[in-house]
Amino acid sequence: MNLLRLSWKNLMADKLSTLLSLLLFALGVGLISLILLINHQIEDKFEKNLAGIDLVVGAKGSPLQIILCSIFHIDFPTGNIPLKQANGLKRHPLVKKAIDLSLGDSYKGFRIVGTTPDYIQLYEGEVAEGKLWEKTFDVTVGSTVAKNLELKLGDTFHGSHGYAEGMEHDEMDPFRVTGILASNGTVLDQLIFTNKESVWAVHDSHGADSISIDDREITSMFLFFKNRMGNVQLPRMINENTDMQAASPAFEMARLYNMMGQGENLMKLLAIIIMIVSALSIFISLFKSLRSRKYELALMRVSGASPTWLFLLIIFEGIIIAVLGYIIGMIISHGGMQLLSGYLTEEYRYEFSGGIFLPEEGMMFIGAVLIGLIAAIIPAILAFNTNISETLSEG
Amino acid sequence: MIITKNLYHSYDGKNNIEFPDIHLEKGEKMLLLGQSGSGKTTLLHLLGGLMKSKGGEVNIGQTNLAKLTSSGLDKFRGENIGIIFQKPHFVQSLTVLENLLLTQKLGSSKKNVSEIKSILEKLNMSHKLNAKTKNLSQGEQQRVAIARALVNHPAVILADEPTSALDDKNTEEVIALLEQQASEYNATLIIVTHDTRLKERFEKRIEL
Repeated sequence: MNLLRLSWKNLMADKLSTLLSLLLFALGVGLISLILLINHQIEDKFEKNLAGIDLVVGAKGSPLQIILCSIFHIDFPTGNIPLKQANGLKRHPLVKKAIDLSLGDSYKGFRIVGTTPDYIQLYEGEVAEGKLWEKTFDVTVGSTVAKNLELKLGDTFHGSHGYAEGMEHDEMDPFRVTGILASNGTVLDQLIFTNKESVWAVHDSHGADSISIDDREITSMFLFFKNRMGNVQLPRMINENTDMQAASPAFEMARLYNMMGQGENLMKLLAIIIMIVSALSIFISLFKSLRSRKYELALMRVSGASPTWLFLLIIFEGIIIAVLGYIIGMIISHGGMQLLSGYLTEEYRYEFSGGIFLPEEGMMFIGAVLIGLIAAIIPAILAFNTNISETLSEG
Repeated sequence: MIITKNLYHSYDGKNNIEFPDIHLEKGEKMLLLGQSGSGKTTLLHLLGGLMKSKGGEVNIGQTNLAKLTSSGLDKFRGENIGIIFQKPHFVQSLTVLENLLLTQKLGSSKKNVSEIKSILEKLNMSHKLNAKTKNLSQGEQQRVAIARALVNHPAVILADEPTSALDDKNTEEVIALLEQQASEYNATLIIVTHDTRLKERFEKRIEL
């Protein structure tokens, strides 16, 4: 009959209040952990996909929308920009490199991107099967696309206009899969790549050759600068002197995190309140049970238990609830994340997982044990101070 | 085995309760009689090391209780003194067996289930081994309390009004068991009581 087992037996003697404390504790831990998990995974996806892009240039509109659409492919384009103007920017002495993007079509919910192989290089993508696109109407598909749509090399399909299924461009030549990319956890996985000419060909009404280079348009362009001066000079120049819009990924993401942070803080506050209530619940149930157990505490002293022994007995009761609550909370958050990942993947075409554990969760364990300790400390001190003679004389 | 000298105690620092000297050999039995308020429970708590006296000596074997540190006293009590109270209290979340195992552990005895079983056998309680203590009758609880007092083979057994809540039949049985077990373990037995039913049973008596 060791100390820990006795603490456990005591907890089990009042299952209802133990269950209540446990549930509250697990709920608080689970909520905090879930917030951390979602946050971490979203930010992780975002950071990976920023890939050192210094500036995104698109049509006038919301800069955040340009970023979300061009980098993360989760919003709609603000419009198009003339290729001629975009090419003008590429010649600016501070620009090191540029990547053009032509968007606007999709196939069964996966977006088709007209661009150059530089885009694949940017995310360090590798070809798993076949090769990258070369000719017009060749496509290379990301690993998630290939998996979900069961596409193989040589398969053909018609894209549809916009991002919903329906308006197929079936009067045109079909796209032909010439390559499949290896999965690398970036935005590449859920995109279909082809060259700009293919996108133009699909959209030009009758006779792709008739439109001159002067009238060609692209959706947006990634810019990479030679040095930090580019970030200082070019956004202002573009926004003031052209009818294009410059969007800085770093700045827009900071703005987005800030907006998300408000909701996140509210959730965290809620979780902290639950934790406090849970600590209070542990305290009250220990305190209550201590009053009905004062004779047995005195009796254990008579049988040879030291005050420290009784102190630890009560402390362990608090810590057992904290540790079990933590474990249940982790099961709730990671299980919940796993359930949620199906929905999130469906909605954003990003992969989420309940199997990722964060260092913060290790810190939370220490925090949980501390809360159990704090909730139990006053009852434990009372147990420590049990006056045997007085208590037994009363009864 | 138990020797007290000039023992007195005071709760408020002014009014001293003085106790007659006690001298008992190993295996001797004694009745401590007195009306409520005469200080007999105080004396029992002093003898059992549940509190320290204001003055005088309590010696059990070779040990002067006043010279022990408080943790030393806890240990000494667990190993050498078995106490039976007027109202038996147990650890409610545990069964009879678990309560006795806990007593073995606290009294630094080795875990010994067969010993517990044989004690309960003698007390006619072996069928209640795995019962929760709160489901036992008063008489049964008092028997388990006796088992608890015996389980670590103490040199001294102290009983505080062990029969006051019992009817005549149970009183007779419980006292007989106490005497018999104390003899068997060769333990010194002191029974504190105001129960006149017991008066004639013991040769050695001190009246407070």
